[in-house]
Amino acid sequence: MRGEATRIGDGINRVDGRAKVTGQAKYAAEFEAEGLLHGWVVSSGVAKGKIATLDTSAALAVEGVVHVLTHENRPRLAWFDKSYRDEDAPAGSPFRPLYDDAIVYSGQPVALVVATTLEIARHAASLVRVTYKTEEHETDLAARREKARKARPGKGGYEPPPKPRGNADEALAKAAVKVDAAYESPAEHHNPMEMHATTVVHEPDGALTIYDKTQGVTNTQTYVSNVFGLKPDQVRVISPFVGGAFGSGLRPQYQVFLAVMAAQVLKRSVRVTLTRQQMFTFGYRPATWQRVALGATAEGKLEAVVHEAIGETSRFEDYVEVVVNWSGLLYQCDNARYDYKVAELDVYTPLDMRAPGAVLGLYALESAMDELSYALHMDPLALRLANYTERDQNTDKPFSSKELRACYAQGAARFGWEKRLPTPRAMREGNKLVGWGMATGIWEAMQQKAAARAVLSIDGKLVVGSGTSDIGTGTYTAMTQIAASILGLPIADVTFKLGDTTLPPAPLQGGSWTVASVGTAVKAVCEAVREQVFKLAKKMKGSPLAQASLDEVIFAGGEVRLARDPAQAVSIAAAMRAGEAFTLEEETSTLPQLQEQAKYTRATHSAVFVEVKVDEDLGKVEVTRVVSAIAGGRIVSAKTARSQILGAVVWGIGMALEEETLMDHDLGRFMNHNLAEYHVPVNADVRDIEVIFVPEEDEVVNPLGAKGLGEIGIVGVAAAIANAVFHATGKRVRDLPITLDKLL
Amino acid sequence: MNRFTYARAEQVGDAVSAAMQRRAATFIAGGTNLVDLMKENVARPDHLIDINRLPLQQVEETEDGGLRVGALVTNADLAYHPLVEARYPLLSRAILSGASAQLRNMATTGGNLLQRTRCFYFYDTATPCNKREPGSGCPAITGQNRNHAILGASEHCIATHPSDMCVALAALEAVVRVTGKGGERRVPFAELHRLPGDMPERDTTLEPGDLITAVELPPGRFAEHCTYLKVRDRASYAFALVSVAAAVELAGGTIKEARVALGGVAHKPWRDRTAEALLRGKAASTEAFQEVAEALLQDAQGYRHNGFKMALAKRAIVRALGEAVSGRQAS
Ligand SMILES: Cc1cc2nc3c(=O)[nH]c(=O)nc-3n(C[C@H](O)[C@H](O)[C@H](O)COP(=O)(O)OP(=O)(O)OC[C@H]3O[C@@H](n4cnc5c(N)ncnc54)[C@H](O)[C@@H]3O)c2cc1C
Ligand code: SF4
Repeated sequence: MRGEATRIGDGINRVDGRAKVTGQAKYAAEFEAEGLLHGWVVSSGVAKGKIATLDTSAALAVEGVVHVLTHENRPRLAWFDKSYRDEDAPAGSPFRPLYDDAIVYSGQPVALVVATTLEIARHAASLVRVTYKTEEHETDLAARREKARKARPGKGGYEPPPKPRGNADEALAKAAVKVDAAYESPAEHHNPMEMHATTVVHEPDGALTIYDKTQGVTNTQTYVSNVFGLKPDQVRVISPFVGGAFGSGLRPQYQVFLAVMAAQVLKRSVRVTLTRQQMFTFGYRPATWQRVALGATAEGKLEAVVHEAIGETSRFEDYVEVVVNWSGLLYQCDNARYDYKVAELDVYTPLDMRAPGAVLGLYALESAMDELSYALHMDPLALRLANYTERDQNTDKPFSSKELRACYAQGAARFGWEKRLPTPRAMREGNKLVGWGMATGIWEAMQQKAAARAVLSIDGKLVVGSGTSDIGTGTYTAMTQIAASILGLPIADVTFKLGDTTLPPAPLQGGSWTVASVGTAVKAVCEAVREQVFKLAKKMKGSPLAQASLDEVIFAGGEVRLARDPAQAVSIAAAMRAGEAFTLEEETSTLPQLQEQAKYTRATHSAVFVEVKVDEDLGKVEVTRVVSAIAGGRIVSAKTARSQILGAVVWGIGMALEEETLMDHDLGRFMNHNLAEYHVPVNADVRDIEVIFVPEEDEVVNPLGAKGLGEIGIVGVAAAIANAVFHATGKRVRDLPITLDKLL
Repeated sequence: MNRFTYARAEQVGDAVSAAMQRRAATFIAGGTNLVDLMKENVARPDHLIDINRLPLQQVEETEDGGLRVGALVTNADLAYHPLVEARYPLLSRAILSGASAQLRNMATTGGNLLQRTRCFYFYDTATPCNKREPGSGCPAITGQNRNHAILGASEHCIATHPSDMCVALAALEAVVRVTGKGGERRVPFAELHRLPGDMPERDTTLEPGDLITAVELPPGRFAEHCTYLKVRDRASYAFALVSVAAAVELAGGTIKEARVALGGVAHKPWRDRTAEALLRGKAASTEAFQEVAEALLQDAQGYRHNGFKMALAKRAIVRALGEAVSGRQAS
């Protein structure tokens, strides 16, 4: 409603919704430039070896082809690995496109054909002839498990497994009841709707304006500057809209490298867009093997937790994620041991994908907890409650807040959990078996350094900016809402800008920390503007606020009002006019309160309850009902928050039942590289999903009290579904996805 | 994608003679399969003959009480055609279980018949494939073969035909009208698609330049008792792992005639008349259906990832026949 201020927590429509549905929102491949050239990537067909011959003559002969870039004619590039590292790079030596003749994975770019039109580039690319001297490759995690080794840390945010506590193996051996099982999950690709693309505009002065699909413009800027030896101020990166990323835009992908290289060589503007098939030629969620062993007393008290994991990585980088650590912090248990290793394969380096690590670790842990509940003849929820912990035993710290108990209670009540019949195969509907399962979820609540700028004009319009991104999460909306609420302005008068390196810097959008980090900066910068306005309002001749202090006024309806007598008010415009301030501007950078935060473990939690129906003869599983109860601190924007959880649950359904990138290990190549064969849920797979946000107050995580919701919604969903499938059928499937053949 | 020329044909004769003139000339109808294959460099026509203007858009009743469906009738129009819904609900259901609403709006009857396999290797020019490059090998036999055939495959190719509509047409014993070099001819449905043998590059018995003009359905006898059961990896928008078109004609308490066609299991919609005949004159019963299922699958052979289709197909057959007899299609 115009004129009405929006409060933090309200559920408002996406501020960018209209631009998106009317096609006005422009994505990286939609920006035009004069004389724009188009690049088409030629990909390697083998997994390992050397390029023997690379014949570009037929391609170059096509009219309209301007250049074919290969390792043989590429310009000089940075020498040191350091120059190729980005904010999300793991330890190792980052991949360098077109660097030399070595082939390190199937699908690797080996040439870029640049032409005047996309069609010519595509056609000419099909004429590039490459032959290889192949070497033997290994792409099968199962075959390399024995050779797994300790991972090198070095990736930002990665925590190696904690030291063991107690003696888990001994406690396990002695435990009255135990389960010990291995769980497997396949490689999965992010597959956002928008393909990765970059449009590089070569400016007359040689500077580059780069429209990139990225989750962090600064990351692209730094990478491009370092690799191509440019000054950061010659490289402006812009990314106003991102058509989904899920982690795939956390690292600069090879299309940005190739587009910049071509623009530099040709001194022309160049666009490179990947095909859907090529979307399967960079990062993905790693295939992972896990073992979880749990020991408990006959009453269901956990005595031992052992969690081991092996994830695949490339030969050149150690992709790492936190898979096993969660198991020692989610439940009370005095004996815990963890192990996490990586196995090198001839593949590209994996990459963070929504709730990296946690989504896998919790799948295994929460499946094992379910197995334990049956071994104990105990209700799965009761087992979790019996082992509830108020302290993180990994670090021996309290939680900054933890309303997981409320998640269990409210989720179970809404779901009707108490009506569950405990025995598998006991619930039926016609020829369908009905199963109810549940699982817990957890994710970290993090905050990073971030900066924001705010400009308030005399006409009452506020423009706030920060170089963050909106990968569909609702950043535009949440930030607009925070800013509007602080200055008491209607949403329509507030504009939030993001995705531009000329804005104050923000961290990569990942880890569920954007609202916590950028939101805090936006809050701070708007409060600074508010203070300026207040000073002007006080100073006005005859101001009714002359005697008031800042905490005695409220900002609403474009006015500064005395809280105890709102009729006593000064309009923002009048105050600025009187103070001869046509604009008020502030820029602030905010840091987490590290000292205070370090005293606590900060995490979001969830409880997921699932109903499945399984066709007994044909093995088909339908997820008919999901209740997801989330403890995520304060909810900033109710509608986009709910959307985050809904989307995450849908993805959880996919992870449990459908998603899998299938590799042909003889060829070392992912084969189902299109969206007809790489299955994600369709509408018909998605039924009732209910989202509950339990109230949770937290003054430690950040001044907003918001913990972030990007990842938590998917954690636990796959386990809850797998557990429901077991309850329905009595079959425990320990390798994802649970396709129907596994239930026949 | 290679370069090609494009022309629109206005008459059937022109289309056929244009196709005859150039070896790599190809008809394009809805384009939903062909264009994808061109983008991946799998299909490399040098000339596209757009047949969408040809007067093959009608659904008409034939003199014998059947139905003639023009080759350019879209999958959506055909599925929702009142005569099809009333007399051939099997066909209607089969079509609607395929692809997505958008694709069905574009896809045509002729194009659906001639859509190509969904074998991953066939689609990826970086890999060998006998169907795409004769003699290059068949990596599916030892590779990713979850979607592949369990019946009628050869050592050269184990691909399946992906169409749902064709499974229903096989059960209904449709006839395909073709115009080619020697004029018009009628091809019984069972003779349209072929098994891979040692020529997997050939999906059908059609000759270069042949244009499908129509599909003819004999009078509908199974409207009361038919079902199309499609088993797939998600609730919609996925190709069949196994599908069953079952149609039964009952006389009193016994089965007068039964038709069972399988999809997702072979290089063509699979039928076995000897197996179907087992039901003739019998009362409908699960045991009888099981017997047919066993007979239909007796020569089945599984590979690393698709062995489950043997059990699945049998169960699906029993389920489908049961539904057909009772006249209740589940979903
Ligand atoms: C993502 C996806 C999912 C799908 N899922 C399913 C599914 O679940 N079930 C299913 O059955 N199908 C499915 N399909 C396939 C779809 O049904 C076919 O693509 C469609 O029927 C082809 O018809 P078209 O008119 O577009 O053919 P086109 O692509 O135009 O042509 C296909 C071939 O037929 C030839 N051709 C076309 N018309 C004639 C004619 N009259 N005479 C001679 N030759 C002709 C063309 O030359 C070409 O070789 C799916 C397709 C896609 C892309
Ligand atoms: S099964 Fe047939 S289509 Fe698939 S790779 Fe083998 S030859 Fe090619």
